[in-house]
Amino acid sequence: MTAGSFSKWAAGLCLAAASLPAVAEEPRFDATLEVGAELRLFPNSPAFPVQRDRAVSPSIYFEPEFTADWNGGDDRLTLVPFARLDRDDDRRTHADLREANWLHIGEGYDLVVGADKVFWGVTESRHLVDIINQSDALEDIDQEDKLGQPMVQIAVPRDWGTTSLFVMPYFRERTFPDRRARLSGGVRVDSSASYDSDAEEFNPDIALRWAHVIGDFDIGLSHFHGTSREPRLLQNDPSDAVNLTPHYDLIDQTGLDLQYTTDAWLWKLEAIGRAGHGDYFGAAVAGFEYTLFGIAETDMDLGFLAEYQYDGRDEGGDAPGVLANNDTFLGARLTLNDVDDSSLLAGAVVDNEDGSTLLSLEAERRIGDAWKVEAVARFFVNTDERNPLHGYDRDDFVSLTLIRYF
Amino acid sequence: MGKLKRILALTVLAISPVLQSAYAETPEEKGLAIAEETDRRDLGWGDSDVVMQMTLRNAEGESSVRDLRLRSLEVPERKAGDKSITVFYKPRDIEGTAFLSHTKILDPDDQWLYLPALKRVKRISSKNKSGPFVGSEFAYEDLVSQEVDRYAYKWLRDEACGEAAPDRECFVVERTPLYEHSGYTKQISWIDKQDYQPRKLEFYDRKDALLKTLLMLDYKQYRGQYWRTHRMDMVNHQTGKSTTLTFEDYSFQVGLSEDDFVKNRLKRVQ
Repeated sequence: MTAGSFSKWAAGLCLAAASLPAVAEEPRFDATLEVGAELRLFPNSPAFPVQRDRAVSPSIYFEPEFTADWNGGDDRLTLVPFARLDRDDDRRTHADLREANWLHIGEGYDLVVGADKVFWGVTESRHLVDIINQSDALEDIDQEDKLGQPMVQIAVPRDWGTTSLFVMPYFRERTFPDRRARLSGGVRVDSSASYDSDAEEFNPDIALRWAHVIGDFDIGLSHFHGTSREPRLLQNDPSDAVNLTPHYDLIDQTGLDLQYTTDAWLWKLEAIGRAGHGDYFGAAVAGFEYTLFGIAETDMDLGFLAEYQYDGRDEGGDAPGVLANNDTFLGARLTLNDVDDSSLLAGAVVDNEDGSTLLSLEAERRIGDAWKVEAVARFFVNTDERNPLHGYDRDDFVSLTLIRYF
Repeated sequence: MGKLKRILALTVLAISPVLQSAYAETPEEKGLAIAEETDRRDLGWGDSDVVMQMTLRNAEGESSVRDLRLRSLEVPERKAGDKSITVFYKPRDIEGTAFLSHTKILDPDDQWLYLPALKRVKRISSKNKSGPFVGSEFAYEDLVSQEVDRYAYKWLRDEACGEAAPDRECFVVERTPLYEHSGYTKQISWIDKQDYQPRKLEFYDRKDALLKTLLMLDYKQYRGQYWRTHRMDMVNHQTGKSTTLTFEDYSFQVGLSEDDFVKNRLKRVQ
């Protein structure tokens, strides 16, 4: 290309660019950073000899967020990398792209292309219906931290509800702690998984969801076809009982989530039916949250939560193991409504058959404008030897996180 | 002299129906008429977008700042309330949190909260009308759109507007919340006689003691019709805490529609 033709070409490009409204408007950029320093305290010595006996485990995480938007915010690029460095768990030292996507809000539709996080559901103690993202089980055992899921998502809002279609070309394997770390159950989970699908992690997953608000009811119906986010953990080598290989089956899951909101009551239901893990089975979580506002003539709110968890899967080997098969969750949420947004959530999940109990406490408050502290405590109480919780029996922990926002 | 008296008498007779009707208006009717006139003057604004800053101060003078943006949609029917989305930018830990409200007249409002860390939209109970809004001295019910039929009214007197508008004359109207779960037994409002905009509000708690005073300052008119305050000062007399809410310039009729105020769009707003 000669210099002359290049300048003509460049001028033409500039003209073309200027005639596009999307480019004509100056994009807005934003960059922020969240850094958290965490201390995990384990009061008990570990149950398995392979586990490191460290009472205090420090780690640090970084989560920057870069955004650019134009078209009055109707086009947006978002990039959210995440990385954690953990002294005592080599696998918990990990990085992920939580989000890397382009959002476009068009006439009568929203489009997302790239890695994103999507949440479905209403209940507190178990997220049954929520299936788009893989859990980042290294972050916490509550399965509320998620890995970014590559997808093309299109959502169409209409008077009769919002319909969303998800096409997910790549599967993310679940993360597991290092065998030598706490909360590993003393087992090593292979980092190479096996799959039902010959395409393995490139098997495309598809999901469809319809969500609507009808008066006091918020309702969602969904169907997922593809690779299960829950792995079965297989013992491929009988001589090495603590070496497990995750296997990801192809499943079909139909989900319903429903909330009825009236006065200070939130009534909640999540239910699924799943094929592909042995016999077709159903599972459900149902319960309520009731809040007393302004208790004892203060600004504080106190909420009571109760949920029943049922799971009908055959645990004989064709389905992944599950804790919540016949369990009750009871909890209380205290919201101070103060300048620092202080709040506290305490809860217990009790196995109705063997009494194994997980006690949890989560508290947070802001300090000044750019700092925040979070405390999480989890205690494994009265765990029955046959309950999967038993592997955590000596891994009670308290984690304290100091977060700084830049 | 006799002629003048006759003229005066005739004049009085002639205007007496006017006087009669004026005096027949009860204080309740007059209070309602004032609220209806305030409402009538604000009809047709359509939709609006404004950036706000909230400064919270405690009795020791320590302050904390919240940056937020409010988008509102007018729902013209008198029996339906307006819709709004509030997005928070600061403090940073709640950046991206968004709050959607479909106001009702007397029924509970519909409210949803978007929590960006979990990407989760939660329908929340709207029973809590009197609790503090993000730790401020404003209750949710103080910030919600002021629909006429949410209150019963009673005109008390006319007097100078006071500190919020020193050279203006105001109607003083008592209003009683008719919706459930209000934290107030009554509010006393000072409404400017000239533009029918509120200049001052006193809030009385459930024990009928003076709880808070709100001054509405820096009014500007948009599109030759719609008045908006650009500074609200709320003082809590019982705790010594105060909150100042300031507004940047409003944009009106920016093209928002019902579709922008539905639950499933909440996770897309910024």
